[in-house]
Amino acid sequence: MVTSSQVKEINLLKASESELVALSQKHLLSLDLKEMKAIQRHFQRLGRNPTDCELETIAQTWSEHCVHKTFKAVINYHDGLEKRTRKVVCLNEIARVTRRLRKRWCLSVFQDNAGIIEFTDGWAVAFKVETHNHPSALEPYGGAGTGVGGVIRDILGVGLGAKPILNTDVFCFGPLDFSAEELPEGVLHPRRIFKGVVSGVRDYGNRMGIPTANGAIIFDPGYVYNCLVFCGTVGIMPENKIFKKVSVGDLIVVAGGRTGRDGIHGATFSSASLNKNIPTSVVQIGNPIVEKKLLDVLMVARDLNLYRAITDCGAGGLSSAIGEMARDTGAVVWLERVPLKYADLAPWEIWLSESQERMVLAVPPENEERLVSLFQNEDVEATVIGQFTDSGQLLLKYHDHTVGELNLNFLHHGLPRRKLQAYFHPRPPARITPENVEWKETLRQLLTDPVIASKEVVIRQYDHEVQAQTIIKPLTGVEQSGPSDAVVLKPLAESWAGVVVGCGINPFYGEIDPYAMAGCSLEEAIRNVVCVGGDPFRVALLDNFCWGETSQPESLGRLVRCVEGCRDFALAYGAPFISGKDSLNNYFRKEDGSVSSIPPTLLISALSTIPDVRKACTSDLKKPGNNIYLCGVTREEFGGSRYYHLFHCPGGQVPLPRPAETRPLMKKLYQAIRNRWVAACHDCSEGGFIVALSEMVIGGTWGAEVDLTKVNGQPLKIDACLFSESQGRFIVEVEQEHQEKFESLMEGQPVGLVGRVLPESFLTVKLGQEILFQFTIQELARSWKGAIGW
Amino acid sequence: MVKPRVLVLRVAGTNCDQETVWALQMAGASAERVHLNEFISGRKRLKDYQALVIPGGFSYGDDIAAGKVLANQLLYRLENDLRELVHRRKPILGICNGFQVLVKAGLLPGQPPGQQATLTWNDSARFEDRWVYLKVETEVCPFVKNLPEIIRLPVAHAEGKFLPANKKVLGFLERKKLVVFRYVSPSGELTGYPYNPNGSVAGIAGICSPDGLILGMMPHPERAVIRQHYPDWLRHPESSATAATAGFQIFKNMVDYLA
Repeated sequence: MVTSSQVKEINLLKASESELVALSQKHLLSLDLKEMKAIQRHFQRLGRNPTDCELETIAQTWSEHCVHKTFKAVINYHDGLEKRTRKVVCLNEIARVTRRLRKRWCLSVFQDNAGIIEFTDGWAVAFKVETHNHPSALEPYGGAGTGVGGVIRDILGVGLGAKPILNTDVFCFGPLDFSAEELPEGVLHPRRIFKGVVSGVRDYGNRMGIPTANGAIIFDPGYVYNCLVFCGTVGIMPENKIFKKVSVGDLIVVAGGRTGRDGIHGATFSSASLNKNIPTSVVQIGNPIVEKKLLDVLMVARDLNLYRAITDCGAGGLSSAIGEMARDTGAVVWLERVPLKYADLAPWEIWLSESQERMVLAVPPENEERLVSLFQNEDVEATVIGQFTDSGQLLLKYHDHTVGELNLNFLHHGLPRRKLQAYFHPRPPARITPENVEWKETLRQLLTDPVIASKEVVIRQYDHEVQAQTIIKPLTGVEQSGPSDAVVLKPLAESWAGVVVGCGINPFYGEIDPYAMAGCSLEEAIRNVVCVGGDPFRVALLDNFCWGETSQPESLGRLVRCVEGCRDFALAYGAPFISGKDSLNNYFRKEDGSVSSIPPTLLISALSTIPDVRKACTSDLKKPGNNIYLCGVTREEFGGSRYYHLFHCPGGQVPLPRPAETRPLMKKLYQAIRNRWVAACHDCSEGGFIVALSEMVIGGTWGAEVDLTKVNGQPLKIDACLFSESQGRFIVEVEQEHQEKFESLMEGQPVGLVGRVLPESFLTVKLGQEILFQFTIQELARSWKGAIGW
Repeated sequence: MVKPRVLVLRVAGTNCDQETVWALQMAGASAERVHLNEFISGRKRLKDYQALVIPGGFSYGDDIAAGKVLANQLLYRLENDLRELVHRRKPILGICNGFQVLVKAGLLPGQPPGQQATLTWNDSARFEDRWVYLKVETEVCPFVKNLPEIIRLPVAHAEGKFLPANKKVLGFLERKKLVVFRYVSPSGELTGYPYNPNGSVAGIAGICSPDGLILGMMPHPERAVIRQHYPDWLRHPESSATAATAGFQIFKNMVDYLA
């Protein structure tokens, strides 16, 4: 029997505007007045009130987290540069790139849980990057762990399911030495968040048996209130398993973990801002072994063709998984059949719970028995909880009572499109520049800058070699202490073809110029791919926007500007977007009502291929006597640089990528690496040329001598040669026997022979004949490796 | 020649099974991943296999202690089959979590009966993935012949510190030359972190049974079967690398023994 305490009717029909707003707040629905009124009108037409199940389902489905209202909104955008106003829909700008580029190797984009590209010999690879920011701020270990678990399920649920082969992790934290006294109530210390998040990612990823082998960590006071946790997973699947289709009559099967009260309202809460009163019950509880069992048996079921469609239970739980799968059909769900962790969940709780490790499958009735017994043999629960129908309705039953009946068309198309205002005004360039700079000391300080310093203490806690496919590992060189630019995997036993993954993130540029930030992040991700020998003309991109308070027109304007950067530079580099995600409202409302927003943050992840992993390349210097070239043009571009940050200089010219200059260079470099003429390659990013060279020295434990007068560019000041963060630059080591071939290949490219690898144990920086400074390898390594403790 | 049939056992949380199968196949075995439940239910039989490999992972989440639950499953659910396997002198290889299982099931060192040692938390108190140098004792275990005196393999674990129950156990292992692998410095000396990555007593990284046919090791040979698995493979010109990798050699030895 259904009691009144189990299903509630929500009094919507007669609610006033203020009551609608209050209702949204009371139930943590995160819906605005316009949306509440659309729901009210819908039920007025039906002549009845919604049940709690129905209202909650709509709120989940319409949450920013699930439906990306801001990215789909029509934005009235005033561009302060062009001094004109135009209408922009962010999502369309991104999607346009992929449509225009029309790459035949893009197999499935923006339509499934992850983007899919062609790999080799009938195999495809899928990639998805998610954020789990809000949960990680409240409960770092559980929040980050379930972030990993969630994105892995995205890959299990893409097409008919892919096998995860790589996890990526990118974090943004407050400074680890942040003063505890300055922390407001309800905010965890950055060090606690750092250790909790890393441990959460470690324990989930390692137990799943997926190598975590690419990532980045950013530290900035802007992330004290809201940390960012990006988790990505790459999966491999046969090309004939990339599409799914539900048939009417298929059974709805939930498989994996049981359902409890954990994580209720996760989707709606993560669509809003944080404050000190949020209950931690919104965070899910993870169990990686349950998910590992599910992964193992799913791959068997997939290859036996036992199901027709699959998706993961993520935000919104069953409500969004089944709501999504039934989009074009209809469904009836018997909620009392869902296996529970403990009794007494109300129907709406069963329906909404975000308990982890669950997948939903569409199983033809004739396969039910085989599927259930297969799962049983591996101790995985699989239970029929409903059936797909042709009704166009989502019918929710609980012990023969109807607890909800929603029109799927309304659910998926009834959301009123938002109309938003935004404007962008460029910041005036700053006039302060560093003075009396001591070169050696500056380099030392940059190497100990946590943004630049070695992340070895984190990297080694991840199993980056499980599955025995990691050919270029995250750490490289004699003692595996130098940084790798990207990871290279060899996922098939029978083939030498490889998968390459890199990433780019730099919120410091975004503070000044979000357009340039988009270009720089995008180019850095591609540069990373090029450095290890990946194909620059087969790069697929993923975007992850993390923004602050986008209801502010100025903040939203920066987002639009950033989106336009993504569009323009992705087109210029010929790299399509295949998947993306945004996490907005990353701000904290303090007790005095003031708001602290994160810096505008964009993560670009790049997925590419390498035809033969035996032709990959690493960044550590290989042999004394080899030439060192700096490829690309150096300019005075210090805006957002770690150098300016060190000297507290705000503003300045943010580096701007120049695809017309860099693309041909990348093409030649790709060829040089394939020809095995390149002994080592590393790109210049945070900290500029000299930091990148130091990392190559640390990895190779050979000395080097460079002459700054040989650096390509306008007549340059010393600090520009050393610390400018101009894009499009690679440091390349070439053996003397390949010098002629390399130089003739590079004919016409901005390439300068700046120095040589030396058997001595120090790095020498010269200006012509004059020695500017020297650094022993030991000193370099000590500075760079000792900065981030555990 | 008929390929020897090798079982790669998997349970909830096993995660190095696929690459272990690949390594065994490369070495010439016919290797199969099979779930423990298949044996418990009687649908498959242990005696149909010529060797058992327990691969790495987190069996049953490493709940209680690493490998403990699977050790009990083997002891109490498959007792007779397992005893027969040992009795028939069929090789057993436990890698990482598999080593933990063999030690906790008392199969290693195997004498006197019962659990004689444990693998416990690393001194660093955290999971670590790194390549180590190992000194090889070749006298007793047939699966390490033809290996150079010092080899390199990766370790990746949180509970890998080998701790014998007492001095007598350690003395027994040393006297019988059952310590097959020892963490050492590049020059072969016993030393501390990071060369000894977990604080193992006497640098012990792997041991075998007195007859040499049961081998347990924390390092992962299946992650070192091709040249490109080595973390610095690009530092060494191709010519010097024609020799078999250490991981491949171990699997090859096992297959050769079975042939």
